[in-house]
Amino acid sequence: MICRKAGAVLAVALSFAVAAAWPAAAQELKIGLSTEPSSLDPQYHNLSPNNQIALNMFEALVAQDPAQNLQPALAVSWKPIDDTTWEFKLREGVKFHDGSPFTADDVVFTIERAAKVPNAPSPFTQFTKQIVGIDVVDPLTVRLRTAAPAPLLPVDMVAIRILSKKAASGPAPEGKTTEQLNRGEGLVGTGPFKFVEWSRGNQLVVERNDGYWGPKPAWKKVIFRPLTNAATRVAGLLSGDVDLIENPPTVDLPKLASNERVTLARALSNRIIYIHLDQFTEPTPGIPDTGGKNPLKDKRVRHALSLALDRNAIVQRIMEGFAVPAGDLLPHPMFGTRKDTPIEKVDVAQAKKLLAEAGYPNGFSITLGTPNGRYINDAKVAETIAALWTRVGVKTQIEASAPPVFFKNRDEYKYSAYLAGWGAGTGEMSDPLRALVATPNPERGMGGTNKGRYSNPAMDAKLAEALRTVDDEKRRTLLQEASKLAMEDYGILPLHFEVSVWAMKKGLTYTGRADQYTLAYLVAPAP
Amino acid sequence: MLVFIIRRLMQAVVVMVVMSALVFGGIYLVGNPVAMLISDQASEADRLAVIRELGLDQPIWQQYLTFVGKALVGDFGKSFRAGEPAMRLIFQHMPATLELAVIAMTFAVLVGVPLGMYAGLRPDSLGARSIMTVSILGFSLPTFWVGLMLIMLFAVALPEWIPGWPRLPSSGRGPTVDILGLKLSFLTAQGWLHLLLPALTLALAKGALIIRLTRAATREVLPMDYVKFARAKGLSERRIVGVHVLKNIAIPIATVTGLELGQVIAFAVVTETIFSWPGMGKLLIDSILLLDRPVVVAYLVVIVFFLVLLNLLVDILYSVLDPRVRLEATAR
Repeated sequence: MICRKAGAVLAVALSFAVAAAWPAAAQELKIGLSTEPSSLDPQYHNLSPNNQIALNMFEALVAQDPAQNLQPALAVSWKPIDDTTWEFKLREGVKFHDGSPFTADDVVFTIERAAKVPNAPSPFTQFTKQIVGIDVVDPLTVRLRTAAPAPLLPVDMVAIRILSKKAASGPAPEGKTTEQLNRGEGLVGTGPFKFVEWSRGNQLVVERNDGYWGPKPAWKKVIFRPLTNAATRVAGLLSGDVDLIENPPTVDLPKLASNERVTLARALSNRIIYIHLDQFTEPTPGIPDTGGKNPLKDKRVRHALSLALDRNAIVQRIMEGFAVPAGDLLPHPMFGTRKDTPIEKVDVAQAKKLLAEAGYPNGFSITLGTPNGRYINDAKVAETIAALWTRVGVKTQIEASAPPVFFKNRDEYKYSAYLAGWGAGTGEMSDPLRALVATPNPERGMGGTNKGRYSNPAMDAKLAEALRTVDDEKRRTLLQEASKLAMEDYGILPLHFEVSVWAMKKGLTYTGRADQYTLAYLVAPAP
Repeated sequence: MLVFIIRRLMQAVVVMVVMSALVFGGIYLVGNPVAMLISDQASEADRLAVIRELGLDQPIWQQYLTFVGKALVGDFGKSFRAGEPAMRLIFQHMPATLELAVIAMTFAVLVGVPLGMYAGLRPDSLGARSIMTVSILGFSLPTFWVGLMLIMLFAVALPEWIPGWPRLPSSGRGPTVDILGLKLSFLTAQGWLHLLLPALTLALAKGALIIRLTRAATREVLPMDYVKFARAKGLSERRIVGVHVLKNIAIPIATVTGLELGQVIAFAVVTETIFSWPGMGKLLIDSILLLDRPVVVAYLVVIVFFLVLLNLLVDILYSVLDPRVRLEATAR
């Protein structure tokens, strides 16, 4: 009896609590993230989750628009004074969140801080190491000097988000430490939102910066919640706990697309999913039955493997249409891509013919390595590729591993063929060419992720020249030629570009971006 | 008694050392933490610099000895990913897990013991039979499925189908109140709403276990002589059940509850992941996937210590509850 009464009281109290707790959140936006940032220090960890959070509160000299073209941000213009000096003219009248003015001193402080952050798992020095000197011409003009021609310096500056010298200075060599910034001390930028609080694992809260120099964001308060489990993320959107989520799982996309209370926004990303082939060792570890020969060194074999791939089928069936077949390492019209890039059509007969010509009429066996859960549907795509290759006679087995194991094996050259992805952070062609197909050269920073060790001296020369060419049009042509050489030589097999999807409740719009960032200021109520 | 406690604590230290060595070896075999952390675009030189800074270029036994040396003064290293001291991260996340675990176990006990006793007192009734059947479901259904079903039901489906049905939050933790430096959320109304679904998920499996245990213990105690004598003396049924039976079944229930509480605190990973509950379990799984060794080692050391302590408390409680038991220094 008592229990029943208590139960009734509880139910009533519950519904009151819910009703009272339901905020009139007209200007509040809740975003469900798929990965939590590891730190709020914008110079600590160069990783998408961290970068996209930083972009809400901080700005760099140069920004990238949704297609990753360069746009003025805290710098209104920039030009090369000579081959090794870039001059940036800074924007006037910009104030930090604490009211202090933005000047060239803050730029100097920020650039110098990048090298001083200790224990950074992915330091930002990769963007600042080319700079050998900074000259402050006047409070609104900065000159950056490099040792060698650095045509991509403006692109590098996109990653350097400006901290306030006044707020972020401190006793430590790097000023405010990463730990202090994580607590919000000194976390002062010029961006459209300012920091309110962060409880790790739970939520990050920011509020509108009313003194922002640019267009005012639509939201007074934004709450970022990490919902790493994909099913929970979708449930969070459907239940109204969050208003927008990133990376909904592919299997739920058709259902979300047909749900009338949900809107999807999509954007072609800069992430290419590709297959790398071992073109260095002989015999190669994953091909045991060719008597010690490495068939992948023969261009005809690589061409045959590319012809065997039915990219359209993979895009339609595995990616549910949320991908675009690729013929190059970046989608057109990003910088350095060709308008007429051919996309290989599947041709089983031709593939078999090429294999016979190369001396493998009965094909051979190969093991394809893939991570499981790193890229969208990576293991499923690999399984499909295995079936497609087996169809032309190349009997393929999959070796799918958890990402840390996959990377370890890949870095130890244990795979003859592996599936991986690459997101071109700079939004232009030199990035993937340099990482994926340039001959590996650790001192020069070339071919860092070229674990198939493909080597094409002609392409290397073109790429090196492009990296020295400051003139935009000349560089574009050189990059187009370099990528053409790599693609026609089948140094790497591009599969498809991921299409990033954002799902949000009806009444919101999102401008999707090629760099896959989820930025609160790009979310707007539907007109 | 004192010797017993000291002995237990020494055993704890041994286990902690073995645990840390295993974790070091294990993560070393799995892969290179730097590969998981560093941006793909970093150059080889940058990669080597990070490896050197994190101390990963030294041979594994040297890394382990450095770790032991620092651990003896309480420094378990900084998380590779977050840059903050690993112990501090764990202690930051601990109140959330403790809160969830204690509330879940409380639900389980408050519901499980009465239901189990009822099933034990009237075993052939319809009520008892349905309780037992449902309890089988309780511990057979996987936690992640139960969690997701509860979310779909209470956060999405029911509020949609039945107008006016209160919508429960599907993830995260509610607003917290600072008590003695601990942030606890069960003191706020919103906090309770957030706690309900994850606590229910955990309580289901544990409650089922407690129901079956209570039933078995009740069935065992009921035919005992002292119960028969109490009935013969004319004591009320309420007193017999409420005092004589309950006190005697308290021992196995307390033991199992204590052990299960330890399990829940240490390994509520799945529930915390499903509900994005910012607890230690979620921190652990994220750290494992990123090969964030300092956090994994620190977590396991803390858990080992905590579980040993819990077992010790359960044993002491056992001796308190059951006057027939004496904790011997040479026993066990």
